[in-house]
Amino acid sequence: MNDRPTVAVVVFPGSNDDHDAAWALGAMGADPRLVWHAEATLPEGTGAVVLPGGFSYGDYLRAGAIASVAPVMDAVRAFASSGGPVLGICNGFQTLCEARLLPGALRPNHQLEFVCRDARVRVESADTLFTRRCEEGQELTIPVKHGDGAWYADEGTFVQVAARRQIVLRYAEDVNGSLGNVAGVVNEAGNVMGLMPHPEHAVDPLLGSADGGLLLAALVDAATSHLLAAA
Amino acid sequence: MRATVLVRPKEGILDPQGEAVQGSLKKLGFAVDSVRVGRVIDVELAASDEAEVRAQVERMCSELLANPLIESFQIRVEEP
Repeated sequence: MNDRPTVAVVVFPGSNDDHDAAWALGAMGADPRLVWHAEATLPEGTGAVVLPGGFSYGDYLRAGAIASVAPVMDAVRAFASSGGPVLGICNGFQTLCEARLLPGALRPNHQLEFVCRDARVRVESADTLFTRRCEEGQELTIPVKHGDGAWYADEGTFVQVAARRQIVLRYAEDVNGSLGNVAGVVNEAGNVMGLMPHPEHAVDPLLGSADGGLLLAALVDAATSHLLAAA
Repeated sequence: MRATVLVRPKEGILDPQGEAVQGSLKKLGFAVDSVRVGRVIDVELAASDEAEVRAQVERMCSELLANPLIESFQIRVEEP
């Protein structure tokens, strides 16, 4: 087996952070493979999947709605239900919520503006596949750039998600009107995560922060573990 | 047959688009208390039985056309 685990980066029409994600994953030790949305399968030996940022299908209907039913999503769903780690970044987070692989929905930012800047996010739980390289309570600086980033869930869902410690990241300040300042959540099984900030844009001090690398490197670890468990 | 689907932001859900439109209407001098922006989707279907059309479109709404967490929908079925 190649010692670099294969991480599939799905490319939808309108994805625009696919190459950045692939580059960053490569820098973290993965063998990234771009996978076109019309593919029915993931590359053989895929250890993790990333749904990247962008504006898939022009955000038609709702951000992530059309992508959530793209052909490749059946394979992503099957991969997730087999315990495979899946990370959705920004538009990928929106897509995972639309696909109901993650709780809640992303609504337009309350301030009616696209927000594009570094955000400080707090690690609420270091006990996930994606945050194992972080400390609980650690503050990360990771850029956000989105118009539809306000996470929303009804009260019952919010209470449940919080009680199950599925809220992984919260903004240290109000960035977009997100309920409970939620910046990232995991599914109940803990192997699917979505976040609005862009870890792939924060993997080197030259970019202003290398904090995103902690999340992506943990994903690469999880990809290796998933492949070993399947071997 | 044709079905018209009206998708609206659910009551109580913040609608920044509606607020922006309301702000502009006020600027034009209209006294407006509230604006909510939704979406109209016309669907032409091969099915000709009204109940069947309604059932199909309801499934379309819950699977794709609306996000039931944040949007409500209404379906109107019309003879061609």
